[in-house]
Amino acid sequence: MSDLDLSSAVRRDPRREWILRNRLHPEHAALAATGAASPAEWLGPNGVTRRDPRAVGFIGPNGIRRIDRSGAQHGAGATPGARAAAADNRQRIEIDDPAFVIAVVPDLPGGRLSSHDRDLLGLARRLADADPTAPGAVVAITFGEHRESDFGGAGVDRLLSLSGERFSGYAPEARLAALGSVEQELTPRHWLLPDSTLGGGELGRRLAARLGERPATGVWQLETAADSDSGWRCTARGAAGSSDIVRPLPRMVLALAECAEPVSDTLHAARPLEAAHSLPEGLARIEDLGEIAIDPAEVALAEAEFVLSAGNGIRDWDGYHDAARTLGAAEGASRVAVDNGFMPRNRQVGATGTWVSARVYIAVGISGAVQHLQGIERCDKVIAINLDPNCDMVKRADLAVIGDAEAILATLAERVAAWRAEQETRHVA
Amino acid sequence: MSPEHAPLRSGPRVAVLVSVGRHPVTGRPRRADQDARAVELALGLEQADTRLLHAGRHDDDSDSALRGYLGMGFDSLELIEQNADADVVPALVEALRTQSPRLVLTGAHAETGEGSGMLPWLLAEALGWPVVGGLAAIEKIERDTATLLQALPRGRRRRLRVRLPFVATVDQSAAPARQSAFGPARRGGFEAVAKESRADELQAVWQVAPARKRPARLKVVKSGSARDRFKAAAAKSGGGGGKVLEDATPDQGAEAIMALLREEGVLR
Ligand SMILES: Cc1cc2nc3c(=O)[nH]c(=O)nc-3n(C[C@H](O)[C@H](O)[C@H](O)COP(=O)(O)OP(=O)(O)OC[C@H]3O[C@@H](n4cnc5c(N)ncnc54)[C@H](O)[C@@H]3O)c2cc1C
Repeated sequence: MSDLDLSSAVRRDPRREWILRNRLHPEHAALAATGAASPAEWLGPNGVTRRDPRAVGFIGPNGIRRIDRSGAQHGAGATPGARAAAADNRQRIEIDDPAFVIAVVPDLPGGRLSSHDRDLLGLARRLADADPTAPGAVVAITFGEHRESDFGGAGVDRLLSLSGERFSGYAPEARLAALGSVEQELTPRHWLLPDSTLGGGELGRRLAARLGERPATGVWQLETAADSDSGWRCTARGAAGSSDIVRPLPRMVLALAECAEPVSDTLHAARPLEAAHSLPEGLARIEDLGEIAIDPAEVALAEAEFVLSAGNGIRDWDGYHDAARTLGAAEGASRVAVDNGFMPRNRQVGATGTWVSARVYIAVGISGAVQHLQGIERCDKVIAINLDPNCDMVKRADLAVIGDAEAILATLAERVAAWRAEQETRHVA
Repeated sequence: MSPEHAPLRSGPRVAVLVSVGRHPVTGRPRRADQDARAVELALGLEQADTRLLHAGRHDDDSDSALRGYLGMGFDSLELIEQNADADVVPALVEALRTQSPRLVLTGAHAETGEGSGMLPWLLAEALGWPVVGGLAAIEKIERDTATLLQALPRGRRRRLRVRLPFVATVDQSAAPARQSAFGPARRGGFEAVAKESRADELQAVWQVAPARKRPARLKVVKSGSARDRFKAAAAKSGGGGGKVLEDATPDQGAEAIMALLREEGVLR
């Protein structure tokens, strides 16, 4: 972009610019042709895209310039470099020599940063960036394999990935021992963990007890305070969420979701960090024997992580129940399916039924009325199977398959059954 | 089976730490819900010699709340008298050392005070015992291990084997507690032990107020172009952006769905 700045800001030729602006000037046409006029779009000094309205658009049938802002047409004159930069104009930040370290242990449910994790990293950035002359580094510590590729965008300067068989499953003792050696190595100014059941909430309390730190739990707000040792004051929920405790920010913080805004306009290095010492091998007194199979039909619909929901488009109800059983999904229904007597009332999803929070929600033959869509607001991935490609459920869905529900469900169930059998034989072998 | 008339118990010794709860609406003292579930869990253990333990002040409020636990079928409750502002961990550690139970059950959070949920972890650290969070059920207690079910989110369960003695916390996923019966609650007694209380000094500088409603987060759309911002503000929530498979055979459709299900890891 530097050449751009040179031509537009440093070496200005006011007369030439004036002629270029003045379309009635006798030299205008000649200059505009030779000078390869200024680009239609460039990145301003503040990272905002600037456009020259005269250089974009086209002349419509009535001789009037039309500008299509949908992005479909205007790019003709823009340089490809400028456009690529506009796509990711987050400011890149490298902290080479951090004044201190903020350690964050995200939950990474399913191997990815949750929104809770991102909020927590936003909180960590507030602590790290408070003094621009001596910025701290945010170190994220992950256990086992993860599938996250955007640690940098979430505000992580250094990434300490601790992998190994002993961290898989429920291994609080191994994780605690590893965090203990991180404490010795990095001595973070603050430890931040999400206050979530079984995730950071548990590990954080273990760590606090081990390090002899008194943590602030249920933290949801942070403000600067000159009178506290850490320079910060926090508001935390106490007494089972019924009171607010305002206290100086301690070294260990267990924070609630939405404790801070997630990072959005900077891109951090997320440089991998090696653990210097070999991690201690502890004696495990807690042994994980694995998850036990539970009947998905028993799980409360609001809690189910995988829901197969049926609507008015289902004709073959036996086939639907079979499919739900094969997929191992909890059954849900639209109101019409319930009103018509095909499904029990406690399976209704929506405004007047259950608000589900499934990770994957499959809507079969459901048109997607607002009352139904409200109930699936918190679902991560929605799959629609419907005959009508224009219905609202298809618009909401992350994946929509247009076709007859009966045939698709039957094929899907068949495939899943085959896949299961294959897994089984591989397990045995 | 009423524990009062049961013969001498040969099973493991279990201590349940109970606290004074507070009704979320009326604010009246009551049994703490999670602690009552822990008591219920202990009552479900065959032959276990279960004792209730409370550290705190003994006054009218705590009396009525603690009698709620007695009403679940206990003759007595051991009460370690402490001042209202005391840090009860040292006193409890000492009591547990002398009692040496095989298993200590607690709730996950207290319903009054700081309610940080640190107590079980601090106890376990001080005693050097393993600790398990989110206990849903105890399947089996053997000579030196126990098999437990731990509650995971979304109604799932994980089986764990833990070395005895250990501490476990109980939360909402365990079975709800039985009703407290009035007669046994009245008849039951307290075995009070006075112990020196150590004041919790840190709390003195805290300001405690009833919980404020948290502000709803605004949806901020960060985008360079006015058109994008307008579109985001005007768009129906969650609309668009998905993949649509039209004119696909059922096979192709099922294939695409299957791929997504496996990617999300919901097939097991
Ligand atoms: C006050 C109020 C509260 C309500 N609360 C709720 C609520 O909580 N939950 C709720 O669900 N509804 C609720 N409703 C009802 C809601 O407005 C809709 O009427 C209802 O959700 C529609 O259900 P449906 O999508 O199953 O049926 P329809 O709208 O009839 O849609 C059927 C869909 O199936 C498709 N289809 C048909 N045949 C096939 C096939 N062979 N293969 C594949 N697709 C096929 C069609 O294309 C169509 O999209 C409420 C309504 C009111 C007025």
